[in-house]
Amino acid sequence: MGYLTRRLVTFPLVLIGVSILVFVAIRLVPGDSITAMLGTEAGLLTPQQRVALTAYFGLDQNWLVQYWHWLLGLFRGDLGISVAYGKPVLDVILDRFPLTLELAFLSMIIALAVGLPAGVFAATHNGRPSDLAVRIFAMIGQSTPSFVVGLLIIYVLSVGFGALPTMGEFSPFWQDPLRNLSQLIFPAITLGLAFAASVTRISRSAMLDVLSDDYVRTARSKGAPARSVIWRHALPNALIPVVTLSGMEFGYLLGGAVLVEKIYALPGLGRVVLDAILQRDYALLQGSVLFIAFNFMVVNLLVDLAYSALDPRIRLGER
Amino acid sequence: MSPFLSVRDLRVGFGRDPEINPVVRGVSFDVAAGETLAIVGESGSGKSVTVLSINRLVDFGGGRIVSGSIKLTRADNSILDLTAATELQLTKVRGAEIGMIFQEPMTSLNPVLSIGSQIEESFRLHRGLTGKQAHAAAKDALDRVRIPDALRRLNYYPNQLSGGMLQRVMIATALACNSRLLIADEPTTALDVTVQAQIMALLAELKRETGMSMIFITHDIGLVAGIADRVMVMQNGLAVEQGELNQILDRPQHPYTQHLLHAVPHFASGQAARTDGKRSSEAAPAVPALRVDGLTVRFPVTSGIFRRPAGAVHAVEGVDFDLMPGETLAIVGESGSGKSTTARAILGLTKSTRGTFSAITQETSARRSQRPVQMVFQNPYASLNPRLSVESILAEPVIAAGGRLDGRTRERMSMLIERVGLPINSLDRYPHEFSGGQRQRLCIARALMLNPAVVVLDEAVSALDVSVQAKVLELLVDLQREFNLAYLFISHDMAVVERIAHRIAVMYAGQIVEIGRAAAVLANPQHSYTQRLIAAVPTVSRRKEHFELDTRQVPSLVRRLGFEPGPADWTHFGADHKARAEAPTHLQTAG
Repeated sequence: MGYLTRRLVTFPLVLIGVSILVFVAIRLVPGDSITAMLGTEAGLLTPQQRVALTAYFGLDQNWLVQYWHWLLGLFRGDLGISVAYGKPVLDVILDRFPLTLELAFLSMIIALAVGLPAGVFAATHNGRPSDLAVRIFAMIGQSTPSFVVGLLIIYVLSVGFGALPTMGEFSPFWQDPLRNLSQLIFPAITLGLAFAASVTRISRSAMLDVLSDDYVRTARSKGAPARSVIWRHALPNALIPVVTLSGMEFGYLLGGAVLVEKIYALPGLGRVVLDAILQRDYALLQGSVLFIAFNFMVVNLLVDLAYSALDPRIRLGER
Repeated sequence: MSPFLSVRDLRVGFGRDPEINPVVRGVSFDVAAGETLAIVGESGSGKSVTVLSINRLVDFGGGRIVSGSIKLTRADNSILDLTAATELQLTKVRGAEIGMIFQEPMTSLNPVLSIGSQIEESFRLHRGLTGKQAHAAAKDALDRVRIPDALRRLNYYPNQLSGGMLQRVMIATALACNSRLLIADEPTTALDVTVQAQIMALLAELKRETGMSMIFITHDIGLVAGIADRVMVMQNGLAVEQGELNQILDRPQHPYTQHLLHAVPHFASGQAARTDGKRSSEAAPAVPALRVDGLTVRFPVTSGIFRRPAGAVHAVEGVDFDLMPGETLAIVGESGSGKSTTARAILGLTKSTRGTFSAITQETSARRSQRPVQMVFQNPYASLNPRLSVESILAEPVIAAGGRLDGRTRERMSMLIERVGLPINSLDRYPHEFSGGQRQRLCIARALMLNPAVVVLDEAVSALDVSVQAKVLELLVDLQREFNLAYLFISHDMAVVERIAHRIAVMYAGQIVEIGRAAAVLANPQHSYTQRLIAAVPTVSRRKEHFELDTRQVPSLVRRLGFEPGPADWTHFGADHKARAEAPTHLQTAG
């Protein structure tokens, strides 16, 4: 398949571009990782100690050499050592990634399960009070920041039910599914609500467009009942923008959700990136951004493949 | 015997208060079993709304039947008033007893479902067929509309078939369950003339085979003559006249019917061609306004990861012609023949692969602008920027050519606005305030702002109603005489071409196959394609004619790399009329 091959060829090129960008950007920020790592104790370092530490992390070489070493390491699957966590970068990322991936999945499922039916419902009731109600909810959902929703959920849970979302040590799904879900369900709802609101709005407008298309009229002229007109004839044609949006949001969520992770005390990827920036942890930042960019590109590729599955007019081979 | 379908005093309105401003204002008609009723009228006359009310699809477009009755005799001889039917009853009538086909076959089929599954749907809905049975029934339905290789085509998606094929699929779907009434809403308007003739032939044959009734909507009275038993003429939501076909066509009573019949350009096999051509007269100018020599446009076809060129689409191949000032050359041919690509190449909108064209300004450059070729497009609704005032629209070409919006420009604007027959206060207004015909006048004024030598008119009157069309054609002829303009007039409508062209070039598969004086080409076509094209033109005089079904298709224009066609071999017929000699394999037979 020509398209896929071409995409796979561009993959590493984009990743190298991203890595160069991050590499340069973090080094342009004032401050150094040794000072950031040691905090106030950095003042106690003798110049010799500082030089030794800098050399230990390889930060004394010029940028080109540093980048080259990092690139070589990359090919061996070695992303370097995190100054902030004191562990190999890859370990830090892989520790956090399952949670972020699961959270993103749950949010997307919630968003599609709520948003798609709501959008279709609003479109088929266009102009009626029920449509207006859905649109108002969607507007509110989209414009409320996630931390507000998160805090509200915690407030309602604690004041209304005297309970808190399960916090503490994160348990992966394969170890304790029940505890895992009880930890993630509320964060997922928090992230999923805004996501659902976007899905609602975009599926409503796409459905409205499609419902006035000629082939929908044809379907009706054949005697197809309303249910079949909406779900069989109209919806598949309205899915392209929904898939685009969902892919994009999902891709962002794979980069972590700092605020929600913070509120629910979850060890996700978002906080790793934040820590890496705050602590000038060059290796960690480079590694995690590269990882996130890679995921984003995989998601985009899947979205493109989904297009061709949804619409026979989109032939990926010929363009 | 009571009629099969009886519509009485139908009134239909739209919007919040449909009774205030009805679009259909009291229409009554009957359709007997096996009869074809043609409804004729211009856009906005309410003809589509009338038929959409019969199967109540009008409900989904925001319309409401205000009063009246539509009584349908069902298969079991019970009578159902469709205006009072429930949605559940209606879904049993639609598709099963009333089938419908639409104007745009390209958009009327669902792009994400295969042809087969869309036909099968009718059988599933009304016959309860599933799986293999439905599949077999769908194949039979495609066979019935004479689609070659039906079994394979079932798996095709709509984008893989041509417009004519898709309209056949639509017909197959509409008639899948042996509907006794077929509503055809301008079913051939979007198709080429030769394809139109085939669809009309198919409809006539199916009617004979099944004995179905048909309501046929059209704005083309020429088509009516070919298929209808009875005709109803609509204007402003009223049926102004109805009766037997011959009575309406030969002895129209209502002034509007007379006007319609008069306004329609009747194709007269070259007898109505213009005689004011410059070529024949003694004082023929020696210098053409436009000379095209060996124009070739090819689009590369690539394959593989590295996009190696694998061949080329030979869209336009070695086209030569010249165009004198004050002369109209019409380029006719069907979609895909390369006529629009030729025009686009001359304007520089498409890059030509080879060949030269030069627009020669024989007058001093002070009078003729540096941009001697201007264009008027087909769709006046889409070719004017809705956010610009008429003044800005007219100033655009001047500014683009490096001029300024000064007193002289404004003077020319006012002159042209008046000249194309628009009110002088039009300059401050916006395109949406104008009707389709007025917009096309605006486009013409815009094209004339730079005082061009050549105006390319690409299907410039095709989107207009017949009476508007006639007036715009008149205007074009007047302007041509006044400004000594050369027109390159691209059209598929032979009757229109006959009225405006001095010379005609017939394009087929990217090449000119016949060119010459309009009267000669139309009266005495030499190339087999020209003959087919002219035979396909519906005329009022040919009544109930039997069209031959023809499944020939335009040959593929994709050629392998480095392919060069042989030199053209022309046969001359008279002073200004020649046709390309035909190779035996030139017209391929498909299936």
